[in-house]
Amino acid sequence: MSKTLVEKIWDAHVVKSEEGFPDILYIDTHLIHEVTSPQAFDGLRKRGLPVFRPKQTVATADHNVPTLNQLLPIKEELSRYQVDMLTKNCAEFGVELYGLGHPFQGIVHVIGPELGITLPGKTMVCGDSHTSTHGAFGAIAFGIGTSQVEQVFATQCLLQSKPKTMKIEVNGELGKGVGAKDIILYIIAQISAAGGTGYFIEYAGSAIESLSMEARMTICNMSIEMGARGGLIAPDQITFDYIKGREFAPAGEEWDKALAYWKTLYSDADAKFDSVLTFNAADIAPMITYGTNPGMGMGIQEHIPATAAQPETEKVSYKKALDYMGFDDDAALIGKPIDYVFIGSCTNSRIEDLREVANFVKDKHKAENVTVWIVPGSKQVEQQAKNEGLDKIFEAAGFQLREPGCSACLGMNEDKIPAGKYCVSTSNRNFEGRQGQNARTLLASPLTAAAAAVTGKITDVREMLEKA
Amino acid sequence: MKKFTKLTSAVVPLNIENIDTDQIIPARFLKATTREGFGENLFRDWRYNGDNTPKPEFVMNNPTYSGRVLVAGKNFGCGSSREHAAWAIQDAGFDAVISSFFADIFKGNALNNGLLPIQVSDDFLAQIFKSVDANAQSALEVDLENQTVTIVETGAKESFEINPYKKSCLINGYDDIDFILAQKQLIESFEQAR
Repeated sequence: MSKTLVEKIWDAHVVKSEEGFPDILYIDTHLIHEVTSPQAFDGLRKRGLPVFRPKQTVATADHNVPTLNQLLPIKEELSRYQVDMLTKNCAEFGVELYGLGHPFQGIVHVIGPELGITLPGKTMVCGDSHTSTHGAFGAIAFGIGTSQVEQVFATQCLLQSKPKTMKIEVNGELGKGVGAKDIILYIIAQISAAGGTGYFIEYAGSAIESLSMEARMTICNMSIEMGARGGLIAPDQITFDYIKGREFAPAGEEWDKALAYWKTLYSDADAKFDSVLTFNAADIAPMITYGTNPGMGMGIQEHIPATAAQPETEKVSYKKALDYMGFDDDAALIGKPIDYVFIGSCTNSRIEDLREVANFVKDKHKAENVTVWIVPGSKQVEQQAKNEGLDKIFEAAGFQLREPGCSACLGMNEDKIPAGKYCVSTSNRNFEGRQGQNARTLLASPLTAAAAAVTGKITDVREMLEKA
Repeated sequence: MKKFTKLTSAVVPLNIENIDTDQIIPARFLKATTREGFGENLFRDWRYNGDNTPKPEFVMNNPTYSGRVLVAGKNFGCGSSREHAAWAIQDAGFDAVISSFFADIFKGNALNNGLLPIQVSDDFLAQIFKSVDANAQSALEVDLENQTVTIVETGAKESFEINPYKKSCLINGYDDIDFILAQKQLIESFEQAR
């Protein structure tokens, strides 16, 4: 019987399937961090249980860590306690921890791939909704709650109903100045912040196949922003080349064996998806969001859709979002002054993102009214940026290169955008207060963020690229 | 896990769509390492001003409204996987949440804690809001065994879906870990067969 990629991986991990019950799904790799794990470790203690497969569990500290002076004790007491708790729990239960000061530390969804932990055909979970990132390798990867973190600790399995499948094809060539972030913001704007709920999405089509692994991760990362549990892309030569030689990637005979299996991981030609959507890459412009959910996005030259044009039941929420942002119906965003630029998060903090930004800002300087934070996704990304001299370019441009963590994506540490201020951010969520109480977030690509940093206002990066 | 069978209660209406988990419990309150006490920060930034004084216009600060059922607009619980959102709602005294659409992870988290997420039609949701608008004490009857929710005042009733396994967990107060642990041998043989 022909199967989709999701079905192939799912079926290979079902320990037990029984009518009327969710499947018992085996989990290959469990990633954990300081925020959503302490209550799960506590649960194990209360039940008197060990972590069942500690070697399949990897921990890092990312959500709550400072991005300056990481080697000093964390100043904020609750954050320090939570990070210390992770260290203590990992030691007690025998889990490998890449904590602060470790050369592998970083955002959980950045380090998995760069260490070769994320592999095609795996099932992977983490107590974080952006776990969908790992799907870029052709893995089933999704975010879970803390009760489920405890389940995986205790049994290396999860009770899960098989998801519906959706295929999103993007075909054709992207225009100049348009990248992976624009593709995914465009798709979300088209199908809404709930358009993928209940589905696992497979991204396909020539525009997706031509993307690098890091760009593919950006796409899969934001699957959850349309409600999808996960998103994935069939592995290909680009995937295999990326993985080969990484720290924990299979090597030698193991590599050959793995590769032979990975090459079977694609949706069969006549496999049936529950839903199929097709988009044209040429229709996609640099994107920006204007509201308080990631579905409220538009091409950067467009005007904000009018409240009157929204469905009746959505008008109140829509108006509330525009009021929060301080935007009017029909307004254009081009030329609008901004205050902060944040380049980072599990969506866009990898070396290619930093290279793209550095390449653009070389010999330019940030506008005086703007504060720019660049927060690399991991210690390895930070080190690589320094090896390539990107730090010097950022410094000359007035961009501050910090230390790795989730940072201003969710403002759990001290990296918060002040109330009322506008931040062009490469992160994944523009929810009210996400980057700080009453902060206003405009989601965009690293290139659009860099352009805003230089001009001090919302700018169509294509115009700057033409001049160059 | 907390059991759930039947409930008749007034409701707290929150007619806003796409309520994300950052609104339910902002990230700065996720530093706690236990499951308790999140209720006081439920909807923190909608409920309180920056100086911690209550915002009188927010429904939870209006003494007219009370009850153990939260009713919200569609796509409730979107965003982050933080189970703290379900803990906060439960800790604030709610036993059920009604919406016309739930985000997946939130729904799973709620079920894993004995907080019943009830998905109703857009039309029935509008009827609930209408009845609470007319009379703030308007009550709902939730019957998990029969999978129905009824607007007591009008008698309007709708059925809701729930996975039969999760239903039995809620009624009996079992959780998934008890269920999977009973299958440990099967898990070990699965590992050996790979």
